[in-house]
Amino acid sequence: MAHLTHSPSEPTGLRSLVADWSADREAFKVPCGKAMMWIFLLSDTFIFGCFLTGYMTERMASPVPWPNASEVFALTIGNAKIPLILIAIMTFVLISSSGTMAMAVNCAYRKDRAKTAALMFATAAFGVMFVSMQAFEWTKLIVHEGIRPWGNPLGAAQFGACFFMITGFHGLHVSAGVIYLLTVATKVLKGRYEESGNYQIVEIAGLYWHFVDLVWVFIFAFFYLW
Amino acid sequence: MQHESGQQHPVGLYLKIWALLFVLSTFSYLVDYFHFHGYLRWFLIVTFMLLKAGLIVSVFMHLAWERLALVYAILLPPLALLVLVALMAGEADYTASTRNVYFAPAQPAAEKAPQR
Repeated sequence: MAHLTHSPSEPTGLRSLVADWSADREAFKVPCGKAMMWIFLLSDTFIFGCFLTGYMTERMASPVPWPNASEVFALTIGNAKIPLILIAIMTFVLISSSGTMAMAVNCAYRKDRAKTAALMFATAAFGVMFVSMQAFEWTKLIVHEGIRPWGNPLGAAQFGACFFMITGFHGLHVSAGVIYLLTVATKVLKGRYEESGNYQIVEIAGLYWHFVDLVWVFIFAFFYLW
Repeated sequence: MQHESGQQHPVGLYLKIWALLFVLSTFSYLVDYFHFHGYLRWFLIVTFMLLKAGLIVSVFMHLAWERLALVYAILLPPLALLVLVALMAGEADYTASTRNVYFAPAQPAAEKAPQR
């Protein structure tokens, strides 16, 4: 394998887990920034996990039927009413952004500055596209369908609260990610990391961005498809 | 240590995973488009979701190549959420049954989900 993380004399498998965790020493043999980002993402996992669990609780406990997401999020294009089409497009946009981000990390480690920055800008552009479509979706739901956090004409009153809370918090993460990516990409382009030759920061920013995509996978499945 | 080189994988791998994620997303969209219902729908949704999540975490986030100590520290704690889900499912069931007893509008009895 091209990517060995163990030196030959070290224990492997479960023994490496025990060896790394035992005794009074460094547990995570990765750069500090990366470990910290992972710990942050872990805490974020719990936040979104709690949101989705709360949504499950509300939905299960509601005696009033839950609005059918397939119909709520349908768009009329031409004469055809296509269910969930905007959400599908948003999903593809976010996956594409994850793809360009992965390529950016790859270029960063090959120290290809211009390409890295270009791919990161492309990722940020996909992110902006995603948030814009979400803004469109929110406008449609608030203005045309009369969905409010405290009630809606379609069914269970808790639908609005769950929807705005979960997608809103996710949208906030995407927006913050766009700013984060733009900041790092600008620095890369200016050659800020040229001297040290350490482009770890791109991978760390990438971790955050992939996480945002990851959360959307769960929101898409549980909120829109269920 | 791998500080200098970082995570270095062939570009082709990322492109393959990217394509695979597109295909899986299309599948999960089609589950809705073709109106699958009941257990089949839930099974398909969860399967595609877990496959997508697994691909993103293991390849895009490079967890497949990280040290086991970090992998376990990241993947084990979220399992606690499953306990929360189980507890809240029980709680929600109870809430639903009491709501059906006390708050449901007077209608023919045994109506499970009355329209407002």
